[in-house]
Amino acid sequence: MKKSINSLLMLALLAGLITSCNNSKSNKNGDRGALASSAAEKVYVAPGEHDEFYAFFSGGYSGNLTVYGLPSGRMFKEIPVFSQFPTNGYGYSEETIPMLNTSHGFVPWDDLHHPDISQTNGKLDGRWIFVNGNNTPRIARVDLETFETEEIIEVPNSAGNHSSSFITENTEYVVAGTRFSVPVPQEDIPINEYKGKFKGALSFISVEEETGRMDIKFQLMMPGFDYDLSHPGRGKSHGWFFFTTYNTEEANSLLEVNASQNDKDFIAAVNWKKIEEYVNNGGGTKMPANYAHNVYDHGTHNATTTMKKEVLTVDPTKVPGAVFFLPTPKSPHGCDVDPTGSYIIGNGKLSADLTIHSFDKMIDAIDNKKFDGEAYGIPILSFEDILAGTVKQAGLGPLHTEFDGKGNAYTTFFISSELVKWNIETREVIDRQPNYYSVGHVMIPGGNSAEPFGKYAVSMNKITKDRYLPTGPELEHSAQLFDITGDKMELLLDFPTHGEPHYAAGIPAEILAPKSKKIYKLEENKHEYAALTSGDTRVERDGKEVHIYMSMIRSHFTPDNIEGIKVGDKVYFHITNHEQDFDVPHGFAMIGANNAELLIMPGQTKTLYWEPKQVGVWPFYCTDFCSALHQEMQGYIRVSPENSNIELSWSLGE
Amino acid sequence: MKKAGIIMIIGSLLLLGLFKFPLWNIMLGAPQYPEPLGMNIYITGIKGVSEFDIQNIDGLNHYIGMRTIPKTEDMWEFEVFPLVIGGMVALGVVVGFLGFFGKVNHWWFIGWFALMSVLGIMGMYDFNLWLTDYGTNLDPNAIMKMTNPDGTPMSYKPPLLGYQKMLNFDVDSWPHIGAYLMFVGMVLTVIAFFIGKKEWKKKVFATT
Ligand SMILES: [Cu+2]
Repeated sequence: MKKSINSLLMLALLAGLITSCNNSKSNKNGDRGALASSAAEKVYVAPGEHDEFYAFFSGGYSGNLTVYGLPSGRMFKEIPVFSQFPTNGYGYSEETIPMLNTSHGFVPWDDLHHPDISQTNGKLDGRWIFVNGNNTPRIARVDLETFETEEIIEVPNSAGNHSSSFITENTEYVVAGTRFSVPVPQEDIPINEYKGKFKGALSFISVEEETGRMDIKFQLMMPGFDYDLSHPGRGKSHGWFFFTTYNTEEANSLLEVNASQNDKDFIAAVNWKKIEEYVNNGGGTKMPANYAHNVYDHGTHNATTTMKKEVLTVDPTKVPGAVFFLPTPKSPHGCDVDPTGSYIIGNGKLSADLTIHSFDKMIDAIDNKKFDGEAYGIPILSFEDILAGTVKQAGLGPLHTEFDGKGNAYTTFFISSELVKWNIETREVIDRQPNYYSVGHVMIPGGNSAEPFGKYAVSMNKITKDRYLPTGPELEHSAQLFDITGDKMELLLDFPTHGEPHYAAGIPAEILAPKSKKIYKLEENKHEYAALTSGDTRVERDGKEVHIYMSMIRSHFTPDNIEGIKVGDKVYFHITNHEQDFDVPHGFAMIGANNAELLIMPGQTKTLYWEPKQVGVWPFYCTDFCSALHQEMQGYIRVSPENSNIELSWSLGE
Repeated sequence: MKKAGIIMIIGSLLLLGLFKFPLWNIMLGAPQYPEPLGMNIYITGIKGVSEFDIQNIDGLNHYIGMRTIPKTEDMWEFEVFPLVIGGMVALGVVVGFLGFFGKVNHWWFIGWFALMSVLGIMGMYDFNLWLTDYGTNLDPNAIMKMTNPDGTPMSYKPPLLGYQKMLNFDVDSWPHIGAYLMFVGMVLTVIAFFIGKKEWKKKVFATT
């Protein structure tokens, strides 16, 4: 233990040295003279003009996904995924509550980490973006025509869904690996029986080609390590998936020390094609499970939850030649595959070097059975046999590497707080630029695909400190945008991001913008409670339950006067927006409602639940400034005592 | 009169374009409508340029008390115009054929043109009457009652031809493909007249 504390101290010292050295090279106070004006030109998107790229930043503990433009750094939207969102009623409206159902009940929050855009032949196709919920393991699919969450699947036997949600070259699978190993199935045992008893599930979730529907194809039950990050093989390594591990010591307490003892941890190389074949031929063991599958339908504007009761598990030792361990120094975090699929880069986060494994050498070692022992029956390859090389003294604490498609790699160094550009073949450092401060991941649009768009790199930093005007103790995180078209990276822009972006995914605007949906067609609205014409509007009572079929169009609700509601009723407002014009949503807010407002897009129906508790005449109104007569868009509900005989009645303009 | 007859036939057939393409187009742009709303006026009815434009124009017009844009069955014009155009095409083709075989002279061609011009002017006059009625005959209970500086009620009549600023809207009203095909067709019938005149002279000269 003493030894490790010493080495940590040394790391900190070194970090100090390197950062001070950086500071002398480039002034961090933004006094960049002529350079600054050219940087300003490069990020300036004139009023009314559009950005070149969309960038989807994970929101971390916000549970949501934010959409930015690059190079301007302007935020366009926050897409609610795992968190309730009172801004538009997601997770509050009756239609969207099922999206947040899990085997633990309704979970209104999560920690969203790694977005990945769907691909065809290794290239971004922009159909969907997948994201992971880290805390209560879930994978979500967000549609990139509507920019709405369409599907969330819970991942059983998993805990801390961190090495997720990365997709294979043709979006065959979205992959979710567990950070915490846990007893499988869960059972009441002493925690210190961890070693040997706990399992790490790596889940391969199939994605239906047309609809994007997700289904857990199989779970690979790996030894009880911590699975940190993962990436797919591509090109020649297509069919493989690589997962970094730490805590191969299998410690169950004080991991910061006890999981940092082994000189090398592993990258697990998984030949998923082989396992897929094994499973398709009837291999694997079905085990009882309980997990939620939530699907939102744009026709009915409704989400439904299905509880699934079974999952197929695969014991890696039962599929020879499918899983191998690649020894990789010092608790690797990022596990990144270059665009050609030839190199697997291990970012050993407690190291100063970067380890580059060669896919060809790995295959060669496997073919020649050059193993260096095994762990839990899984062959370990010899470090020297598979190593393509190392980038020496590249920086301190490498976390994650992204690529520009021109033969260069860009690695973030958390401890030395810098972004380092190096050549993949020569493994020589070309440039290093300081980050403010302590960068986590970096994103190059398409940088995690076979065809990166190597124009910009965005580093996502963990510490903000003095970068912006102070806003009390709690700050947003900072991001820095670099121009990477030249030999040297040029810092262009520094902008705050929402929540804590752990990763982002970028895509050229021209792929997404033309297909972005403008309205939902009223004639395609299949909502059970929709009022498609004002003639369909009505109020129906069924015991205590009251259903109000309401419509809205500039600038009134139909009906807007309702009587006959009683204290203790359970009132459902089913409201249909009759507009068919781009960007004319209407809102709905009811006084005293214990949930949120609704923001209803043209052609959509949404439902708000309300329990009237007090006798009186209570107003509702439109919350979205929709028109010159927005302020007139309002109505009243008369609430009578529970025992009153007032009949239901409703009207407009009487 | 072979050449003149063929040109006459082609010229009158070009009017068939009116069954496929709009005669007229009116576009409404505003600060809030960077992609303007628009309507295409066909001889058979009015359609939105984009799927929901008519509904959205009606939605805006209800503030100032304009009636909704007429459906095909609401206006007799949309029944009569196709008959008139169809009749004129048939007449032109027949005249062209007769000219081709030398049965009628070139004056029939210019006669067709004159009749078509009169009908066209009547059509424009009727269109303008409708625009005026539509733009000035407003619901007395309109949400917004706009007046001119002299206190008279504001008219929302779109221009018959050209550009006009109306409240926050930039209104453009121009002929569309159908009308251009018709103009070209009518010019061709005039050309047929002059060519026919020469050919007729030759024919008369040859026979005497
Ligand atoms: Cu409104």
